[in-house]
Amino acid sequence: MAEFTLRLRRYDPESGEPAYWDEHVIELEPHRSVLEGILQARARFDGSIGIRCSCRAAICGSCGVRINGEPGLACHTHLDKAVASSTDGVIEVEPMGNMPVIKDLIVDMEAVHWKKIRAVTPWLLAREPVPEREYVVPRETMVDITQSMACIQCGACVSDCLAMEVDDEFIGPAALAKAYRFVGDPRDAEQEARLRELAEDEHGLYTCTHCFKCVDACPKGVDPMGQIMRLRRIAGNDQKIDDRNNGHRHEEAFVKNIERNGVLHEADLLTDSFGGKLNPRALPELLASAPAVVTAMRRGKVTPAKALLHHHKAPKGVKAIFKEVEGHAERYELNLYVSGRDEDDAPPAGTEASA
Amino acid sequence: MPEHDVLIIGAGLAGQRAALAAAGEGVTVALMSKVHPVRSHSVAAAGGINAAIAADDDWREHAYDTVKGSDFLGDQDAIEIMCSQATAEVMHLEHIGVTFHRDADGLLDLRAFGGASKKRTAYVADITGQALLHVLYEQLMRHSDTVDRFEEWFVTSILLDDSGTCVGVVARDVRSGRMETFRAKNVILASGGAGQCYRPTTNALICTADGIAQAYRVGAPLMDMEMVQYHPTTLAENGFLITEGARGEGAHLLNSEGDRFMERYAPNKMELASRDVVSRAEQTEILEGRGVGVDGKGIYLDITVVPKKRILESLREIVNIGRDFAGVDITREPIVIQPGQHYIMGGVKTDNDGATRIEGLYAAGEVACVSVHGGNRLGANSLLDTLIFGRRSGEHAATRAKGTAMPRVSDARRNDDIAMIDAIIARPHAGRRISEIREELGTTMNTEVAVYRDAAGLDRALEVVRRLKEEADDCYVDDRGAVFNQDVLGAIELGYMLDCAETMVVGAIERKESRGAQFRTDFPKRDDENWLKHIVIAPDADGAPVVSYSPVTITRWQPEERKY
Repeated sequence: MAEFTLRLRRYDPESGEPAYWDEHVIELEPHRSVLEGILQARARFDGSIGIRCSCRAAICGSCGVRINGEPGLACHTHLDKAVASSTDGVIEVEPMGNMPVIKDLIVDMEAVHWKKIRAVTPWLLAREPVPEREYVVPRETMVDITQSMACIQCGACVSDCLAMEVDDEFIGPAALAKAYRFVGDPRDAEQEARLRELAEDEHGLYTCTHCFKCVDACPKGVDPMGQIMRLRRIAGNDQKIDDRNNGHRHEEAFVKNIERNGVLHEADLLTDSFGGKLNPRALPELLASAPAVVTAMRRGKVTPAKALLHHHKAPKGVKAIFKEVEGHAERYELNLYVSGRDEDDAPPAGTEASA
Repeated sequence: MPEHDVLIIGAGLAGQRAALAAAGEGVTVALMSKVHPVRSHSVAAAGGINAAIAADDDWREHAYDTVKGSDFLGDQDAIEIMCSQATAEVMHLEHIGVTFHRDADGLLDLRAFGGASKKRTAYVADITGQALLHVLYEQLMRHSDTVDRFEEWFVTSILLDDSGTCVGVVARDVRSGRMETFRAKNVILASGGAGQCYRPTTNALICTADGIAQAYRVGAPLMDMEMVQYHPTTLAENGFLITEGARGEGAHLLNSEGDRFMERYAPNKMELASRDVVSRAEQTEILEGRGVGVDGKGIYLDITVVPKKRILESLREIVNIGRDFAGVDITREPIVIQPGQHYIMGGVKTDNDGATRIEGLYAAGEVACVSVHGGNRLGANSLLDTLIFGRRSGEHAATRAKGTAMPRVSDARRNDDIAMIDAIIARPHAGRRISEIREELGTTMNTEVAVYRDAAGLDRALEVVRRLKEEADDCYVDDRGAVFNQDVLGAIELGYMLDCAETMVVGAIERKESRGAQFRTDFPKRDDENWLKHIVIAPDADGAPVVSYSPVTITRWQPEERKY
């Protein structure tokens, strides 16, 4: 047994008082969870501590919170690890971000998370004709979408999505991962329509800024950002969806820019994203971007010299990486369930267990 | 006052399936749950769902395995219905989007499971319950115009009219604290089991016997309440479930001497004998000093014999559970497990359409007892039970609604329940804490009403439960608010659990034989002559349990000695 101090963010909507911090000392084995710590505080000291919880085993997705500022499940975080990540030895637990707080650690997931989930038409639009028995589909496809099926809708990825902090209409990591579950499902008839809607939505597929926050937050290895990138590759490369947000062309321009320059040449990127300096769309878009450019210059982020005179050329190493990646006959998709994380002693692919 | 043709309480698999089935019949439907539907405990079902899908399989074999698994206490007409409709149900789930694992030919893959003579368990990695639950919820979102959802509403009472017909419920909006009368032509209870009567348990914190006690309090008889399943593989420390799928994929059970001891208990099926048999074998090894781990109270589950790639793609969840909650990499070393409370075969007695003895009141899923599980449920039959009897309840209730007028209901009971909650909140800080009473209840049940039972222990348990019922009347709460007052709901849940636990103990005392999950060391033999019958418990006018019996329905399979 060891003692731990929990500092809980409390908020009572009926009191008229602002949120406050509330400390409790609990006693548990260091490998027990923060949730068990909170439940002990509730059982021994104060039954009014509000937190949703049910399974205790990271399956039901109820107890999403922030621990020492990082989003995750309270039941999935060990007390000793939580202490190690705290600044002053006290485990700080707050409600998740990006969603309104109802009481204490309980947030309004309906108002944000579920609303976004519903926006991606989150049900199978089955291919016709529906067979009498099961759809015959490649084994790998079902294993593949099981990764996004493994999402428990806890909201941890939504809590700290940086793009959503800037654009609260951004459809967000959980809903986009859910979308992949249908886009990647060969039984679904509307792959192209789903992708087009997500790509054309100005708060959709291309709003993600690749910050990796959702990847770190997810307690189930769903890798929402990875699913978003896969949606983009299927939308842009396979379905050739040339979205009005310039998302796909921007992405292509970015890759070409790096291939050419090794490090980013921002002035080129801007115009290339709109199809090059001579493209009729480039000028209006450039003019529209002018305020941002001016602000960046005023803050010293960009200088005219840096923006216009970019002499750097990609070194050999960068060129070799491009050659290697583009040399693959097939695109290589990484998926937890398909590949396993560390297959050091795994038997060859396709080997089945003898049960 | 909201009114619906069919009002469903509980939004796990049984409730969601019932709602979709009833809505399909064109009646008005509401689905109410004390938690958001995807938090329901069905989410924790791991291994899969049984159906005689394979070309060399037959639903009659599935039915026989189920009858044998039940130790011949299951009602064979109900079992025939469940097993004969299983393949169609699995195909329906596949068509609406469940991502069932495929074989090399792209057809549904099937894994081995306990007590089954063939591979007949369809699965989604080891998150089958989660996949089913989330896909049904997808369908509810799709059909939100035909099914009203009341998410995070807590039922305090079932309403009966003067003639004893069910006419609705009283419920509390957890978020606001508002109490409301819901009138309905039919109510379907689908509010799950009672695992929190035990500690430890694999069950979620929300499994507090709500529906069982609510139905019992208005006079609905309960059946098979003594039949409490201990799952053979739960984590020693906190009771978390390690799926039977692990043994289905080939994992071994080992004692302290490194023996695959199941050889001595079930030479043919080994680790894949029925759960009661495996749990008892483990408990015997532990009691005879061949256990492992802390105080020798565990057994090794060795999953390392399963190829690593197969573990990672089909048992990933227990890789996570081993790593996160036991600090063990199950792909490299054995993990210490023990038998732990997992499921109740008993529940509110229903017919094959989910109808209880109370007109207009239905029950489906773990809250109900049809009885398809009898003395012991086979792994991967519970998901099937929830879906088949959830659907049948929904359909039957919808049909009944079409010939029934909307009842007239007053707010009298709602006002009583408001007063009841006010009284709990006003209790002085004098009695015991809710958490203390829950702890004592759970440990008592897990000691005395467990794998092995005897008269002395059961009598002790009954005494404790009855004392706790009195103490629960004075237990106090800290939260005096209206918004998300989980404290006061906890006090109400405690009352539900104690009522349920009392019937479990009374049933176990009554059954003076050993059958399925009930093993009486003082009556170690099965006694078909005297006890091939269900124990039914209903409350008398003062709420005290009264025992009666109900015959077991036998269609094809006469009782025989059970060997695995």
